[in-house]
Amino acid sequence: MLHTFVALVEDKPGVLTRVASLFRRLNINIVSLTVGESERPDTSRMTIVCDAHEHAAHRIRASLYKLETTVHVDEVDRSAAVVRELCLMKIAVGPDSPNGSHSRSQIFELANVFRARVVDLAPESIMLEMTGSSSKIEGLVQVITESGYTILEVSRTGRMAMRRGHHTSRVLSALGSRPKADGNGDNHGSKLDFHDNLGDEILPNEFENVHEEEI
Amino acid sequence: MSRPESGAGTTVLTGAEIVWATLEGEGVREVFGYPGGAILPIYDALRKFPIRHVLVRHEQGAAHMADGYARASGRVGVCMATSGPGATNLVTGIATAMLDSVPIVCITGQVSSKVLGSDAFQEVDITGITLPITKHNFLVTRAEDIAPAIRQAFQIATCGRPGPVLIDITKDAQQSTASFEFAAAAPCAARPHPMLRADSSSIREAIALIHSAERPIVLAGHGITQSGAEAQVIAFAESQQIPVASTLLGLGSFPAAHPLNLGMMGMHGESWVNHAIQEADLLLAFGMRFDDRVTGNLAHYAQNAKKIHVEIDPSEINKNVRVDVALIGDLRGVLDTLLPLLPKRTDTGWLRKINASKGTAAVRDIINLPDNGHLYAAHVIHDIWREAQAAGREQDTIIVTDVGQHQMWEAQYFKHETPRSLVTSGGLGTMGFALPAAIGAKTACPHKDVWVIAGDGGFQMTAAELSTVVQEKLAINIAIINNGYLGMVRQWQETFYEKNYSASPILSPDFVKLAEAHGIAGAHIAKRKDVTLAVTKARTSGQPFLFNFQVEKEDGVYPMIAPGAALHEMVHRPERDPLLETAEDE
Repeated sequence: MLHTFVALVEDKPGVLTRVASLFRRLNINIVSLTVGESERPDTSRMTIVCDAHEHAAHRIRASLYKLETTVHVDEVDRSAAVVRELCLMKIAVGPDSPNGSHSRSQIFELANVFRARVVDLAPESIMLEMTGSSSKIEGLVQVITESGYTILEVSRTGRMAMRRGHHTSRVLSALGSRPKADGNGDNHGSKLDFHDNLGDEILPNEFENVHEEEI
Repeated sequence: MSRPESGAGTTVLTGAEIVWATLEGEGVREVFGYPGGAILPIYDALRKFPIRHVLVRHEQGAAHMADGYARASGRVGVCMATSGPGATNLVTGIATAMLDSVPIVCITGQVSSKVLGSDAFQEVDITGITLPITKHNFLVTRAEDIAPAIRQAFQIATCGRPGPVLIDITKDAQQSTASFEFAAAAPCAARPHPMLRADSSSIREAIALIHSAERPIVLAGHGITQSGAEAQVIAFAESQQIPVASTLLGLGSFPAAHPLNLGMMGMHGESWVNHAIQEADLLLAFGMRFDDRVTGNLAHYAQNAKKIHVEIDPSEINKNVRVDVALIGDLRGVLDTLLPLLPKRTDTGWLRKINASKGTAAVRDIINLPDNGHLYAAHVIHDIWREAQAAGREQDTIIVTDVGQHQMWEAQYFKHETPRSLVTSGGLGTMGFALPAAIGAKTACPHKDVWVIAGDGGFQMTAAELSTVVQEKLAINIAIINNGYLGMVRQWQETFYEKNYSASPILSPDFVKLAEAHGIAGAHIAKRKDVTLAVTKARTSGQPFLFNFQVEKEDGVYPMIAPGAALHEMVHRPERDPLLETAEDE
């Protein structure tokens, strides 16, 4: 089954390799992986979708957190989350297209139905931009193909995920504004003495779902 | 230039000097290494610092020495190598430390940052190569980043589940200067680590399971010593009258002579221990990871037992064996939390039942066979133990083994009473580990008696380090268990490959002459009656000593579990020992 993880990682060279290498070592195929900036400075946010055994989630999450460059890992499979993908698609629309000179207007109509936008118009092609769930993107691809058009190029970002609601991960609030590991000697770090957090509802990465997993 | 005191004021130093100053600040007194082009600036600066450098004969030895140093002392071991082949030679040693969670810090030189990635002379992507076998690694290209990287490396190596960390430092970073202040380079607090809460429901569940268990067993692993929880485990076992079985790396963490000690479990564990685990209704796994060598076939492993796993690394939970309660955290802290919540128990029925089930399994043991004039490896190991015991040196003896039959015999016939008294490569099973690791152990603990027990095969893999023993004037005693075979390979070929001894007979040099060529005294020993005298002589000589123990050629380690078999399906030593018959024929 597909698992979706959101990992906050340090924005440093080699971090992507560490994450990717972990999946390679576990012999798990990554379906999609997106990396970009997060709300925190010097911290990247990755959404990793992988195809693994139903009960592998705990181990993957724990292994991701074991990487020294990982700040936080969340698994969004079981929770309500918004999952989106961005897709760019180039369609051949010229005089030879199925509907001849009406081809462009038909593509515009289809794009409207799927809430895609036209972002480039050339004599021989149209480029569409669309965000949505994977199935919505696949739906547009299917409709265009079935209408007899040739899709020249498709570029998809892969899935990005964010939990719904006020969650914003209890871990982050427990962490507060964690200082960067820049070794400049300011001792914000001492405030993060782990045992100070004992009163919190949940400790960072106490894997409370351990017992739901089966081998 | 005067050397700055650690933590006092800012000084401008070269990157090379910063390396040593930071190591000194971290309390490092010994480093194992081998110089080369890309690390020459660091070696040039060594003379200014009060750190002893042990020159190895091969970088693999440097990593094993750092490893043996760390295992014997509990301090971080440090090794150094140059770029390229120097760095790649470390790899086996790093992987060995990784698999057994040993805290070592490896420092490698790297080509200058401006030629990185250009296939320069002796350039290799060592951070890429060691990525899966280190807990973390760093590539440092600026002098000002050296001290923070080293300090963070020490923190990473020791916090949580320990492990190896590698720092790759480019030559230009070593040569350029930066201001240095030890205290300012301190890493920020370690990342929040998953830990158990005292009011966690897991604690309540664990207590309920312990309370209702009738046949509980503690599985004692390496984590006990890593956590320094030996006293807590003893208190726990005594309070609850729970027998304790050990993994290979757990040996010594619970005293062998303790009435609650059962012995080693697993593939070559004692049969009564494995049977007891299969019969148990509760397993308390303390700092062990249910390795395939201790579980046998997972489908048939301890099916009657509930399992409580106390483990600092969450990724180990439910990895091999599904557990009922996971207590994630430092073992010592977890046991400190648990123990006051458990009422004392006095029922010893379960222990008596296990002890009664030993039966002939213990009696048929090889040391109880009448002396037939032949020498068995078990005799040698048992006599080394007896000799140390008789001399009152039991607490001050460290045995460093290689990998193979002798390693299992060591685990079976040397009774370890104290933590860190056995240094052995468990997870990776690295042949050639013993001699260099013993050099590390002796360097860390010069007042202890350090014995190398190695097979004739494994010893030859790193025998060049004999020179290091002499150069460093280390009084290490070496017992080569020589049977003319790669013994464990031969035993498997005998059992599973119809005695097709493919590539397992091994020719060895005259080890005593080899020792003599290094200026080390040695002796051939082939009779049991000579063992104890020789051992005493070596132990009291204050010099390194090498013995070539010519032992029975085709002896096997028993009991054993065939791969894929269940824990209780053990193969015992044949009742009519063909070796004995051969012996009588002569």
